[in-house]
Amino acid sequence: MLLTTAEQHMLSGREGHATKKCMEILVALGEIYGAKRLVKVSSVQVSGVSYKNLGDAGIEFLSDLAKDGRARVRTTLNPAGMDLANWRTQGIDEGFANKQLQVIDAFGKLGVEISCTCTPYLAGNEPSFGDHIAWGESSAVAYANSVLGARTNREGGPSALAASLTGRTPLYGFHLDENRVPTMLVDVTTALKTMEDYSAMGYFVGKKAGNGVPYFRGVKRAALEDLKTLSAALASSGGVAMYHVEGVTPEANASPRGLDVCQFSRRDLAETASALNDEGSPDFISVGCPHCSLKEVATIAGLLRGRSVRREFWICCSRKVKLLSDRKGFTKTIEDSGAKFACDTCMVVAPIEDLGFKIVATNSAKAAHYLRNNGLRVRFWPLEKCVKEATRTA
Amino acid sequence: MILKGRIIFNGDAEGEALVTSNPISFYGGVDPETGRVIDKGHELRGKSVAGKVLVFPYGKGSTVGSYVLYRLAKNNLAPAAIINERCETIVAVGAIISGIPCVDMIHIEKIRSGEPVRVKGAKVSL
Repeated sequence: MLLTTAEQHMLSGREGHATKKCMEILVALGEIYGAKRLVKVSSVQVSGVSYKNLGDAGIEFLSDLAKDGRARVRTTLNPAGMDLANWRTQGIDEGFANKQLQVIDAFGKLGVEISCTCTPYLAGNEPSFGDHIAWGESSAVAYANSVLGARTNREGGPSALAASLTGRTPLYGFHLDENRVPTMLVDVTTALKTMEDYSAMGYFVGKKAGNGVPYFRGVKRAALEDLKTLSAALASSGGVAMYHVEGVTPEANASPRGLDVCQFSRRDLAETASALNDEGSPDFISVGCPHCSLKEVATIAGLLRGRSVRREFWICCSRKVKLLSDRKGFTKTIEDSGAKFACDTCMVVAPIEDLGFKIVATNSAKAAHYLRNNGLRVRFWPLEKCVKEATRTA
Repeated sequence: MILKGRIIFNGDAEGEALVTSNPISFYGGVDPETGRVIDKGHELRGKSVAGKVLVFPYGKGSTVGSYVLYRLAKNNLAPAAIINERCETIVAVGAIISGIPCVDMIHIEKIRSGEPVRVKGAKVSL
């Protein structure tokens, strides 16, 4: 791989140990994936923040890097394993909380914004069309490539950090035009009425697409929230990093020819939703996977106005959206009902299986997928039904 | 016999080969506190990777697996070296941050478990 003089200096250790390690990572990845050179990035999103996933090894690695490494470009952070302000009321164990705060402290020293959200694009880290970026968090990767038209591979925690500390990433994969074209066609023959319909569609297509690039035809319109949940679902049942929606996303040009075609019908929608439903009555309800937008919070506040919540109900969103919700008065309505905001975290990365919950209702196919992997039973329901269940008298 | 591959992380190390044709998921598959393979159904289940030249086709699973290699190294339980058919992100990053010599593009079926192996740069000597 061809390196500039500045990059060679980073690799030789002239700019410190952390920068050297990071450059070694990028060069090795570049060699493995056949990159000819590195490219400068304008934005980084780092995944691997919850202590539940990182463990003590993660803390040691981050603390070592923080000795002399600093972020060179805007870098934001994925959700942590708890609400950083209200972890006690969430029932999080003190030992876990201390470890999680050590993780956050190390990221802070590295110059990373403690945004703790999977929706950086709703929290001020919104790259422009054509920008090269290095993002972790599979749902945000799919959103950035597909909806924003920025360019990123699916980065892991260390490779995203390496990009942050050097300001570069190897030029391969989704950074190159030729890898951003559709590889399969999806004819959507059913009307998509709710966010959850988009989520189910993503889950269905993700399984078939693998690492490919699906091109959706027949979708009339899609709101930000629809695309957010579609991105998440495509990247959880499959490894989709990019998709196109005809008439909606910026790189969806004329319908491609000569590709395999798959259909998404009314029956597929019903079967996908049903397959994501286990038996039983939920003892925990959570929405906001990916993190809720202000519009979703407004909808939830409307549904909860004047009602009382009877089961543990978490609304997961970024700290930033919560602040806007405070100002709008949504927070008061929601908290008066007994529902809880879970900022900085979510039902997937918080250790909720240790909090004693067994059956979780959610409106996200991605959350349903990962909660099952964590040994919980799930109900995949539309938002309104989730809220209704939360307020139902036993 | 000398096999030549591609350097992922440059170094010089030797040890007894521990060979498997199964891919390895370090996250949830190898215990960082004991160095043993704990993946249910894995060919190497119960075996320790500590000090071995670990030979497997490629890594799989969560990217958090890189941190498991790092933890193994901190606990002095890391493999002496890693040989892959085709290295991917998780193992490459893990080897680099942990300082474990690593080569790939090697025909791993030529290596037998238990035989002494030396990894030096891109060369594997049997």
